[in-house]
Amino acid sequence: MKNGKTLAEKIWNNHVVFQEKLGPAILYIDGHILHEVTTPQAFAALREKRLKVRRPDKTIATCDHNVPTDNQTLIKDPLSKLQVETLVRNCRDFGITLYGLDSPYQGIVHVMAPELGFIQPGMTIVCGDSHTSTHGAFGALAFGIGTTEVEQVLATQCILAKPMKSMEVNVEGIISKGVTAKDVMLAVLAKIGISGGTGFFIEYTGSLIRNLNIEQRMTICNMSTEGGARAGLIAPDKITFDYLRNRKFVPNGKKFEEKVKEWKKLKTDKGAKYSKSVNLDGNKIEPLVTWGTDPASGIKMNEMVPDPKNERDESRRKAKKRALNYMQIKPGRKMESLPIDYILIGSCTNGRLSDLRDAAQIIKGRKVNSKVTAWVVPGSRRVKMLAEKEGLDRIFKEAGFEWRWSGCSACIAMNNDKIPYGKYCLSTSNRNYEGRQGPGVRTFLASPLTAAASAIEGRITDPRIYL
Amino acid sequence: MKALAKIISRVIVVEAENVDTDQIIPARFLKTTSKDSLGKYLFYNWKNKDTGIVQNKGAAILLARNNFGCGSSREHAVWALMDYGFRVIISSGFGDIFYNNCLKNGLLCIKLKESEIKELFGIIKKNPNTFIKINLESQTVAIVDNKKIFYFEIDPFRKSYLIMGVDELGYILAHEDKITAYEKNI
Ligand code: SF4
Repeated sequence: MKNGKTLAEKIWNNHVVFQEKLGPAILYIDGHILHEVTTPQAFAALREKRLKVRRPDKTIATCDHNVPTDNQTLIKDPLSKLQVETLVRNCRDFGITLYGLDSPYQGIVHVMAPELGFIQPGMTIVCGDSHTSTHGAFGALAFGIGTTEVEQVLATQCILAKPMKSMEVNVEGIISKGVTAKDVMLAVLAKIGISGGTGFFIEYTGSLIRNLNIEQRMTICNMSTEGGARAGLIAPDKITFDYLRNRKFVPNGKKFEEKVKEWKKLKTDKGAKYSKSVNLDGNKIEPLVTWGTDPASGIKMNEMVPDPKNERDESRRKAKKRALNYMQIKPGRKMESLPIDYILIGSCTNGRLSDLRDAAQIIKGRKVNSKVTAWVVPGSRRVKMLAEKEGLDRIFKEAGFEWRWSGCSACIAMNNDKIPYGKYCLSTSNRNYEGRQGPGVRTFLASPLTAAASAIEGRITDPRIYL
Repeated sequence: MKALAKIISRVIVVEAENVDTDQIIPARFLKTTSKDSLGKYLFYNWKNKDTGIVQNKGAAILLARNNFGCGSSREHAVWALMDYGFRVIISSGFGDIFYNNCLKNGLLCIKLKESEIKELFGIIKKNPNTFIKINLESQTVAIVDNKKIFYFEIDPFRKSYLIMGVDELGYILAHEDKITAYEKNI
């Protein structure tokens, strides 16, 4: 087909309300998700300008970043408390449904919104949060925005924007035992680098991607932003439709079948051209863990911490030196020899039921190493409830994990879940930047399987020895 | 939004590449419900040697390495930079969301070629007191001493909004009828 369009282009074009020649598009937004951190200033601006929220019915909210996960309702920090209360008040005053601390749906925005069926194929979805890319797993065009744009969407249900170019990341093959979607994504990031996706919407294609379940697809799309991409998406298929059936925001019965018919058309045309294409051999991907302070620094457990001396580019050499200095690890050490102090299983990358099942499979009947503090933080109350139904909480608790309430927890250092200065944390979250998990905290990013195996051993461990 | 057309200022440099917004302002300072007074948290976790901030207090231009402002979408990063006094950031690349956030607040992000950025770093290193003149109208970055000029690209729509200092929301609101018409068809 000549002039074929990519999936991202199709969704974009469907949502252009108006566009002047050479100007940006006024783009319609089908779903807007709010959390307490990036919205107070937007509501304040609405009040100041005497504006209403145009479509409260297309807007939902939750609180996650500031919420303590030991006792959710006891927010000790007065500033955190104020931020959560401000959201409650804003939602009440502007007529927005809040799935807050009194709702069974409370959770990390990017975990709870899909559970509600709020994200559907072909939609445009925004949230004042870069990991909004998660929702591309449903074949939606979902991207993070700033607070000024949050205000614009609240007031007009639109943003002013120009489209990004389309990039394809194709992963063919069969995922090996012990390898998870997280490892696939760490491999993608290692290949494209942390700015390889800048200026693009990434579409993930290939047999490995198609065979992933919807939660694994969310893990992939979630970390698109770590590659610099605004959005990551995967064409919807039966796996997507099956997940959506009977969810709260999804129409049922005949209407659902009609929707599915429409959704099936959502794919990139045969003749469409991507502006950039990257291929990975999925058969060769192994469990990875990051050594540095950027998410593209994933290497295998039996590989050595790289030596900056071998880096020819001066600024990259400096960056590596700086990262090693922050991490306080020496070149030449094998990753699997590095000890850890904390384990975090959770976040919008890996805090879903299948992630907890993965980890529990290794933890069952074993004990967390006595030197390690290990937390499981379910991504949402629903994940927590479903996991408890299966008895996963008991498996973790018996092994010595703390079983927590849902929230962003130690993925971001702004709530009570604090990791002490200088400690090493192996985390299933998405960012290992300096200070991300707290001042001086050193983060290794890896999968829930790797986190489980490492919790037992007290050092970075390839999960395959337990499988 | 503050209007911006011309600026002459000294420059502060940030040597590191890939400075993410967690570095620009750490998450623990995002608990605010206002946009004000965030400048004191700028690069809070860094020691002063990491930036040039001590030498050049009062400079309105920040010169950075590639991929500045990647990571989290927090607009607080922009508010902190502006509260500190910055009006312009020059780099060879920016995080997409950060770039957007900057322009929506009247903080001009200028993208130059990698080689030009290297040259600029060289010039500032030689003389940290170099004055640079930014002219948005002519899309130029000029070194005041030696007449050297670099040209940059910027979206014409955004350029005019920056120069006028007006909020984009007004533009969208002016087309409300079209939004209503669009909504009728979904
Ligand atoms: S879990 Fe971490 S990355 Fe995800 S939304 Fe929360 S703070 Fe952001």
